Amino acid sequence: MIAQPGANMTEPLDKFIEAAAVTLALPLDEAWKSAVKTNLEVTLKHAATVAEFKLPDEVGPAPVFKA
Amino acid sequence: MAPVPTETRWSTATQIAAAVNAGEVSASAVIDATLARIARLNPSLNAFTAVTAERACAKARALDATRDKKKLPLAGVPFAVKNLFDVEGLATVAGSKINRAHPPAERDATLIEWLEAAGAVLVGALNMGEYAYDFTGENVHDGPSRNPHDLTRMSGGSSGGSGSAVGGGMVPLALGSDTNGSIRVPSSLCGIFGLKPTYGRLSRARTFPFVVSLDHLGPFARSTRDLAISYDAMQGADSNDPAHADRAPEPATPQLPRGFDGLRIVVAGGYFKKGASPEALEALSRVATAVGAKDEIEIPETARARAAAYVITATEGAALHLDRLRKQARDFDPAVRDRLIAGAMVPAVAVTKAQIFRRWYREQVLKLFARCDAILAPATPCTAPRIGQQSFTLDGIEMPVRPNLGIYTQPISFIGLPVVAVPVPLKPLPIGVQIIAAPWCENIALRIAHALETMNIVAAPTPPALGG
Repeated sequence: MIAQPGANMTEPLDKFIEAAAVTLALPLDEAWKSAVKTNLEVTLKHAATVAEFKLPDEVGPAPVFKA
Repeated sequence: MAPVPTETRWSTATQIAAAVNAGEVSASAVIDATLARIARLNPSLNAFTAVTAERACAKARALDATRDKKKLPLAGVPFAVKNLFDVEGLATVAGSKINRAHPPAERDATLIEWLEAAGAVLVGALNMGEYAYDFTGENVHDGPSRNPHDLTRMSGGSSGGSGSAVGGGMVPLALGSDTNGSIRVPSSLCGIFGLKPTYGRLSRARTFPFVVSLDHLGPFARSTRDLAISYDAMQGADSNDPAHADRAPEPATPQLPRGFDGLRIVVAGGYFKKGASPEALEALSRVATAVGAKDEIEIPETARARAAAYVITATEGAALHLDRLRKQARDFDPAVRDRLIAGAMVPAVAVTKAQIFRRWYREQVLKLFARCDAILAPATPCTAPRIGQQSFTLDGIEMPVRPNLGIYTQPISFIGLPVVAVPVPLKPLPIGVQIIAAPWCENIALRIAHALETMNIVAAPTPPALGG
């Protein structure tokens, strides 16, 4: 399950963003952090909306590799 | 055929080709007039980022010297392309500062080659939102392309220059891309016709991508017939786009006279009416009444489909640009950069979940087409917002403009359905309606659009301030 960001997620999300930027070797200026966080919150909210919808295990992802 | 004057500003591509083929006007005269018009209007509309005058004049002269040009359905028709298409000799900037350092393209995009093979003449490249991650038509590097009906308003994005150039009478035909709505949103805001074909129908070879699993290319025009003729000219096999479907061309132009008799047309309810402005609902009502669409249909889980498209877009887009984000983050439009950095941080499980949902959603929507042939829905929630406007209110909730102008287009392109966006000429600003068909049934959406145009329900209005 993907947690939907809320008030109690603020600090963990800040830490996650800091860690992800280092891990992914992405620059993250102090001035950008607020906008990056807002965008990540919105995207994670959408991800949680999708993830909470239960589907059978047999439903495969849409893009299928063709040899 | 109505006579075509030497002033071809508001002529359709069909009229121009007929006049050139009949010898009433030369291709060179059409192109000279077009280039003069671009020079006059572009300081206001800011639709073009490059004008290929020398090439266009040479092509026109060659056409005028061709004896069998009558076989060419787009003889002498000027067109322009969103600047993510490769144009030989130009760097493919895709609305960015970063790509300006790229070497010039060595060969035109496939769709340019095929339109020129049909007699059309490329006159330039068009403004767009950076890397196509945009619904506004604004660009921090090149400035915003402007709405021809009100220069203080957005053209819509990300193919904003395409909407502005066609709606403003600079060219009768343009090409753009549509990942989540970037053909249909500018069509709606600029009051023109746009076709987003089925995913995989038209080759994307030699264009700069955004989200490969969602990217489509297609035409803008001021008439349905022009959409159909250009679409037919661009169909064909091309192994250079891995997603291109192995299907024989299915010409739509001969189908246009069939109209909508016998077609079951319904209106999308629920999600597609929630948040729509009175103008969007009025436009939808006019179209639905004209085609006798009385029944509403509920497309299941549409909000979730939009959410899934959002996740895939953010993450695939971030993957595409990861290296540029690492090395040149400061050269991005900050609004695009911050979305892409956030997209890079989304866990992979979210993307896989979105792709799994996509499979399920596709199956549910395809079942609906057993009960209908076409679905009508608004193209945008409102008419063109003002340039620079950051937020608007939909269904009583204030939300940012940039990602939400495409709330009605995103759940449709998510599963690659073909759509014709038709302009309803409301005053003072036009607004579009989507005619959505089953996969590979572009001809059905085009037939309905053509019939509505014949009935004067939909039309590309001449902007009052630019009509002279």
